Amino acid sequence: MPSIKELSREPELFSSGHRACTGCGEVLAVRQVLLAATKPVACAMPTGCLEIVSTIYPHTAWQVPMFHSAFENAAATISGMEAAYRALKRKGKITEEINFIAFGGDGGTYDIGFQALSGAVERRHRFLYVCLDNEAYMNTGIQRSSATPLGAHTTTSPAGKVKPGKLEWRKDIVEIMIAHDIPYAAQATVWNWNDLANKVRKALSVNGPSFINVLVPCPLGWGYHSSQTITLSRLAVETCFWPLYECENHKYRLNYTPKEKLPITEWLKLQDRFRHLFREENKHLLNAFQEEVDRRWELLNRKIKCSQ
Amino acid sequence: MKTIVKSLLAPRKYFMQGNIACAEGALAAGCRYYAGYPITPSSEIMEHMSIRLPEVGGVFMQMEDEIASICSMIGASWAGAKVMTATSGPGFSLMLEGIGYAVMTETPCVIVDVQRAGPATGQATKPAQGDVMQARWGAHGDHRIIALSPWSVQEMYDLTIKAFNFSEKYRVPTILLADEVVAHLKESFVVKPEIEIYNRDKTLTETPFGTQEEDGVPPMPCFGQGAQLLVTGSTHNEYGIRKVADPDVQERLVTRLCKKIDNHKKDICLTERYFTDNAEYLFVAYGISARSSYAVVSELRESQINAGLLRYITIWPFDEETLKECALEAKVIFVPEMNQGQLVLEIMRILPHQKVIPIPKTRGEAIYPSDIIKVFRKYHE
Repeated sequence: MPSIKELSREPELFSSGHRACTGCGEVLAVRQVLLAATKPVACAMPTGCLEIVSTIYPHTAWQVPMFHSAFENAAATISGMEAAYRALKRKGKITEEINFIAFGGDGGTYDIGFQALSGAVERRHRFLYVCLDNEAYMNTGIQRSSATPLGAHTTTSPAGKVKPGKLEWRKDIVEIMIAHDIPYAAQATVWNWNDLANKVRKALSVNGPSFINVLVPCPLGWGYHSSQTITLSRLAVETCFWPLYECENHKYRLNYTPKEKLPITEWLKLQDRFRHLFREENKHLLNAFQEEVDRRWELLNRKIKCSQ
Repeated sequence: MKTIVKSLLAPRKYFMQGNIACAEGALAAGCRYYAGYPITPSSEIMEHMSIRLPEVGGVFMQMEDEIASICSMIGASWAGAKVMTATSGPGFSLMLEGIGYAVMTETPCVIVDVQRAGPATGQATKPAQGDVMQARWGAHGDHRIIALSPWSVQEMYDLTIKAFNFSEKYRVPTILLADEVVAHLKESFVVKPEIEIYNRDKTLTETPFGTQEEDGVPPMPCFGQGAQLLVTGSTHNEYGIRKVADPDVQERLVTRLCKKIDNHKKDICLTERYFTDNAEYLFVAYGISARSSYAVVSELRESQINAGLLRYITIWPFDEETLKECALEAKVIFVPEMNQGQLVLEIMRILPHQKVIPIPKTRGEAIYPSDIIKVFRKYHE
């Protein structure tokens, strides 16, 4: 387990000077993931905020090779990279161990990039896919994605007289990855850096695909003060909206147990995108939100028990 | 069937962004189903539809990508709705298979392509006219589509309505080939009290995929009306029955898909002429490039130079006759475009013995009158 002191001595592979918004959760995650990598890495990313903010002319924040592909195919691109690497290794042209990491936003992972991701995992390429989940299409101006939670206001699920924000619950992408018989899948946040670093090291050590879903709060898209990013990612865990867990070879494990499970409103009330839920007429949605969090939390705990 | 309806927006002057005017035009034309996927610089169309469609009893659907967007709208069209999606280059590329499918199944649908600088991700927030040939030839196999090119916010509204009318009338995907400049331009435009719209012929028929005439458009009953429909992208006869090894059926179908457009060019082809009579210097342009060309032509006319502008509103199918007419006395024909020269190829093909000069610009910015004048000076004695 790396200590924070140890990590601080590692060379920064994602440098400062990028153009992310103040309080952006996404770039924190990228930096922490790369710090945790112990071997040389090659990366791929689809179009998204990360591409824009990390590669503004004439700079790049990447101290590692980075491949920016189209929106739907980071996982396919990294499949090609990894397959070519394996062939070169087999022929003895490369001897070095290299890790492959793809970074995708929730749009590029849950939605348009899902087919490519599913294919790459099924083919068993050895790579880590990190989903930087900020729960909407932030780069194009905050449109809903299938990672957007129930009730959230976005520019394409606007809260108004007819509809109270998004009507659907979010997709459980980690569970979908586990259903691919993936050797390692986990959920993490930028708040618990230690947990995230551990998960990255574990993921990179498995012989096959791995997946980590990182909740990365977005001040602009969620509507909160940029100083609250870590607080919000912590509250997501303490309310059990975003349990920190992993599934290693079909074995579920909880990595952090909240001392006291907080009501979901503690997390919701700090974000403008959920403000309308606190109106009297939307009370049922707040209840539905809590019930769904409870149901999923209980289900996870049962899975942990069953898989021991 | 042509009918006159009241405008949805109160008739008056508005100050609006092109993308919003496009969405309002769609609603006015009767669009009640929108499926899309966010992409700059078209996202405002989608955002506006997500607010407005529920207000008019329509359905807004955000899909997981552009392939899903176009396919869900094809489904909704067969359920009887007037449908639209909007995108930009990368998304348009993904939609091409669906566009070909809509051509083959003769499904009315409107696709708005707000062109941005490409290829690939290119410059997402910058304008271009690089998808002109892709719109025409992008889908595989012999086919025809209709493409319109707006040069103002007024036309983002008007031509969206026209696009629906053509699409419903000819049962063909119709593309509104806008660009980032007109899409994000804010200017005033007028909503008239009444507009002319065309509603699909939904007559119950046994042969929704064929006509006696070689250039006919069959009626299109929709699901739920009682017609025994079999919709397929495979080659099919007039009943919709797959005929994947019959050369006659393949020839008859593809010929009709092309001729139903080619033989109705008089109705579909819209152009505008400015000072083209006896023009020695003819500018041929479309979309925002035509607006810059108009400024150039006006300036040249003031200095007593015989310049004229032929503006293509309908780009595809291409109106050859009007071009030949306007070019009769032209010494030089200039074709300013925000690409490396696409529509100019068509013009060179039609006027092989005349001097046709492309004025390409691919800098991710609008083509300015000064860009055009610079080239013009080289050819003006």
